[in-house]
Order: sequence, then C-alpha cells, then structure tokens
Amino acid sequence: MAGQTLYDKLWQDHLVKSREDGTALIYIDRHLIHEVTSPQAFEGLRLAGRKPWRRDSLVATPDHNVPSETAERAAGVAGIRDEISRIQVQTLDENCKSFDVVQFGINEPGQGIVHVIGPETGATMPGMTVVCGDSHTSTHGALGALAHGIGTSEVEHVMATQCLIQKKMKNMLVRVDGELGPGVTAKDVVLAIIGKIGTAGGTGYAIEFGGSAIRGLSMEGRMTICNMAIEAGARAGMVAVDQVTLDYVKDKPYAPKGSQWDAAVENWSRLHSDDDAVFDAVVELRAEEIEPQVSWGTSPEMVAPVSALVPDPAKEADAGKRTGVERALEYMGLDAGQKITDIKLDRVFIGSCTNSRIEDLRAAAAVAKGRRKADSVKQVLVVPGSQSVKAQAEKEGLHSVFIDAGFEWREPSCSMCLAMNADKLGAGEHCASTSNRNFEGRQGYGGRTHLVSPGMAAAAAIAGNFVDVREMADAGESA
Amino acid sequence: MKAFTQHKGLAAPMDRANVDTDLIIPKQFLKSIKRTGFGPNLFDELRYLDEGQPGQDNSARPLNPEFPLNFPRYNGASVLLARDNFGCGSSREHAPWALDDYGFRAVIAPSFADIFYNNCFKNGLLPIALDEQVVDQLFEEMYAQEGYELTIDLEKQQVIKPNGETIDFEVDEFRKHCLLNGLDDIGLTLEDADAIRAYEARRREQAPWLFDSVK
Repeated sequence: MAGQTLYDKLWQDHLVKSREDGTALIYIDRHLIHEVTSPQAFEGLRLAGRKPWRRDSLVATPDHNVPSETAERAAGVAGIRDEISRIQVQTLDENCKSFDVVQFGINEPGQGIVHVIGPETGATMPGMTVVCGDSHTSTHGALGALAHGIGTSEVEHVMATQCLIQKKMKNMLVRVDGELGPGVTAKDVVLAIIGKIGTAGGTGYAIEFGGSAIRGLSMEGRMTICNMAIEAGARAGMVAVDQVTLDYVKDKPYAPKGSQWDAAVENWSRLHSDDDAVFDAVVELRAEEIEPQVSWGTSPEMVAPVSALVPDPAKEADAGKRTGVERALEYMGLDAGQKITDIKLDRVFIGSCTNSRIEDLRAAAAVAKGRRKADSVKQVLVVPGSQSVKAQAEKEGLHSVFIDAGFEWREPSCSMCLAMNADKLGAGEHCASTSNRNFEGRQGYGGRTHLVSPGMAAAAAIAGNFVDVREMADAGESA
Repeated sequence: MKAFTQHKGLAAPMDRANVDTDLIIPKQFLKSIKRTGFGPNLFDELRYLDEGQPGQDNSARPLNPEFPLNFPRYNGASVLLARDNFGCGSSREHAPWALDDYGFRAVIAPSFADIFYNNCFKNGLLPIALDEQVVDQLFEEMYAQEGYELTIDLEKQQVIKPNGETIDFEVDEFRKHCLLNGLDDIGLTLEDADAIRAYEARRREQAPWLFDSVK
C-alpha cells in the first residue's frame, strides 16, 4: 500500500465517522471567530436553543471592522465612528459574553488579525484541524495543520457539533526546490505559483508545499505561502512539521508544556508525507527562477516578474482569457506592453493576514530606513497584524523607521486589505499592496490593487513607481 | 433551510470567468448582522453606476444600462448562467444569501470555487457544474431567444431546455438529500453525537494538549 500524504494523515486523525454516501464527519480542534461571519451563526444557535459543543475550542477577536487609526481606536468599541461597523463589533462582544467564548477584545494585548494571533498564541498548533469563517484560514496549515475557511452556516455547524461534514479533497504537491535569491520572498514564491497554476488550479485539492526552498522559509514565510493557497483555488494549504515548526511553537502561551510538550513533539514528528505517498497532482518550480512579482490585473493569477511588461491580450490564444485580460487592463488603466516599473502608485499598504508579521515589517523597514516616501504617493499605511507584532516592532524601533520615512504607523486590523474600515482606495488609485486579492473594488470602489511583497511595497513607496527591490542598496535579505 | 425539488425559471447571464465573491457582494454590505436583505446589492459595483452604501435606498441609484441583469428581458430571472470558477475568493456566505435574496434558485457554470459551492447548498441555492461546451451552448441559446427558461429537476438531476432536451448533472448524494428535503444538517450531525463523544474521549487520551488550553 502506498504511503500517506500529510493531508491523508490529518484527515485520518480527525475522522469521526465515514458515511455510506461518501461524506465524513471530521472533528474540529480549533475554531477561530471574528465579527463579520459569526453574528448569523450565533443567532442560529440562539434560535435553536443550542450551545457551543466545546467552548474551549473557540477563540474570537475583532479584526475586519476595527479602525486602524490610533485616535479613533483609542476609545475602543464605543469609539468606532461607522455605526454599522460598531454594531457588528459590539455584537461579537455580546455573543462572546453570552456564550462564554474567549475573546481578545479590540484593544486587548492578544487582539489582532485572526490568522496572525492563532499561531502567535499557540491557539493553532501542528496536527490540529482549524476552521474559521474566513477563506484565509489556510494560513494555519503552515504549522502542519489542516486548516480552511468555512461559510457562516458551517460556523454554526461547528459551534453546535464540533464537526464538519466533508468529502475528502485530492492531494496536490507544490514543490519549490533550490535557493531563493536575495530580496525574493515567500510572497513572490506564492504569487509565482498562482501565476503558474491559475486561480482555479487548486480547486478540489489540499495543497502541500514542499521542496528545499519551502523548507528554508521561516514560519512567517510559510504562513504567507499557505495563506494564499485559497488564491490558487485550494481551501487548504500546508507544510510538513520540522524543527522550524517546533522551535516556533515552543513556549507559545497555549502550547503544551513539560511532559505534554514531549508527547506532542513525538506525535507531531509523523506529520509529513511518507516518501512513497502518492499525490494526484505535482507542480514543480525552481526557486532560482523566481523574481520579485507584481500583479497587474484583477485576479491573483494575473501576475508577472517586476522586470516584465504588462501582457498584450492580442497574444492570448484563448478567447475567454483574452476578454479577461482586456477587461482587467481597462479596469486597471494599464496599456498592453507597458513596463511594470512604469506603473505609478497613489497609495501603499503594508499589512493583512498575508504580510503583517514581524518579519514582513522588518523587510519593509530595511528598505525604508533612511529614505522618504515619494511626494507623489499620497499615503503609505503600515498596519501590524497584531498587538504583539506591534509591540515587537516598536521594541525594535521599526515604527520610527516608518514614521521617519513618511509612512503611517497604525493599529492592528485587516485595514485596507478589504477596506471594511475607513482605510480605502479612491476610484482609479493604484496601490502597491502586501495583501492577497487584487479583485475589482476590493480595496475601495474603483481602486486598483497590485499585489507585492513587503520589501517591494516599501520600495514602491520610496520610488513612486514599481522598482526591483534588489536594486535598492541596503535592501538586505527580506523575509 | 428551504427545499429545492424542481424549478422552472428565466435564465440570465453573468458572462465572465472568475467572478469573485467581492464582485457578488461588496464588503461594505458584510457589516450587516442579518442573513437577509442583500438582494438589492447583488453585483453592486456592476449593477449601479455609483458606489453603494449599506442602508441606502437603492431604488434612487443610477442603474448601469449595460449590465445584463438590468435589461428588461432578464427581469425576474432565477437561473444564473455563469463561467469558470464562479464564486472564487472570500468565504462570505453573504454571496449565496445575496443571490438567493435577489431571486436566484440555481447557478449553472463550468466550475465553481469550493467554499462558495458548499455555501450554496446550505441556503437552498443549487449550483450546477456542466461541461464548458454545454454551458457555451446554453449561453448561445439564451442570447438568441428572449424569455429563455430552464427547468431544473434535482430528483432526476437534469436541466431541461425549452425544446425539451435534457442535460444530466452530478450532485453529491448527501447534498441532494438535504436540499430535496430542506434538512438542517446540524440536526443530522447531532444524531451522531455518541460517535463524536467517543472520538473526543479517544482523542483526549492521545493528545490531551488539544483540550482545555484556552479557558
């Protein structure tokens, strides 16, 4: 019999029951909650007279709607100016109180973007099944966990039953071997992967990211990669457990301690695909061939190396794709054949569950240090992913680097990744963004998003247009 | 959940690939704490010429005359014809809620994003994946014939064209069963409460660190 993949093992470990109709009940260890996709689920529980099955599996925090602006944030929930946002955050507060759910409140030390605080508190760990009403839950797969986004009905289902009704996905291995060049980061790797397989390339699959270039990444880098698995169509992305994982998890507040730690490490040592495991699909990339990436269109697959030109739809053989490229260029206000480096930026956003961890901020600061943002750039937002990331960055003086460069240092939130709070693009504005989606209107009505790494975003803020971060002296080796 | 057995309705086009859930229902409308009322803001950025805000009177907003759902001929449509990878992006269930609230009962496309596909079934909305050539054909016929209606028979797993021609489609047995009967799957899962408890007890012994760490 062939060996098992990491996904096969995680599936097997959580299988409560296989049903005759081909579905299975899968047990969920950790359920993360935020204010946007939970109110209707709590309401559903209330209407049915149900309670959470296991309240210790739940961890909540507000992130999507909370203001990033320090003055507005200071007054807590009551200070949120947008009334509808305020009600949603208040509703989370009330639901957590009435259902006795642990919540890191708006200005409490543990607060942050749900996918940043999970790993950093140890609330998400190797070997777990992790769900959240948010598609970027795939982030936690970096720990060697089975993690994916669910809809609100499933949020209610997991709260009520601790299980999900699932069909097993197929296995895909994305292997990146070799060594990444200086200035080339996890973000560039995942954008290159999406560019290669497309936004539906991973539909129906759980993707395991492997190969020496992935093994060589820090946990933060692996989280960036797994975070965007969903942008390749895969609900779940994951990386096998190794020493990097163990070193990261050890001593986290919720991580096992003492003899339980030893038992956990032993248990986790099997969380990798067997040598003879069979994948349904394998995709391979060479690390040396990956350049810093910039998205030019309105789908994450519309991405190119910074040295490239904006593509010409006339050269696209497939009629459907040709129309897609034409529509994207029109929306983005770009000309076929223009240099990526000629795209001028109006705003820059450094943050989001993809790239708001300490390494990301260090990479951006390394580029910004001793420089000023271009006058033509109206605003550069730096939004740390959590209170803990913010505190660490301030301890290292990164905030001063940003402020000296004319960037704005903000409070932990999802911010301009999806523009549910006040941070948004104006119509027609171009933004170099470290977030995950360049969809039409995502960062603001009519806004034009270009997805890049933190170093590339900082470099664009300084230059006013896209530049190859590797050409900026002192850029250092970014995360 | 409302049941889906058979439905006959006017088809309307969403003729582009990779329609993401931000396009289906933009984020400002996700601030609602309700499940209903999203219909007027379905495809908001394509449908209107201005930027929509939650709580606004949508009847006073300028409609985009070039957006097909605004054409009189598609008025009252309840079957959406779409392209590849429909519903990609965010997991927001507000997307199927908006489609349902607008009046759609089924979406036909060559392929769907996983989370969206799953969310549809929880809301009595039937996503039907058909071969690309078949969907192309449906688009052509719909464009050619005003008042083009499709009948969907979930029990038989068939789409029936106006000329009586039938197209078979696949659907998971469990999802079909729930949709046909309008079943609440939480209730079904709770029938296995003993199995869940047994698993939990076993797991607690093997991996105690997974329990009670967060209090």
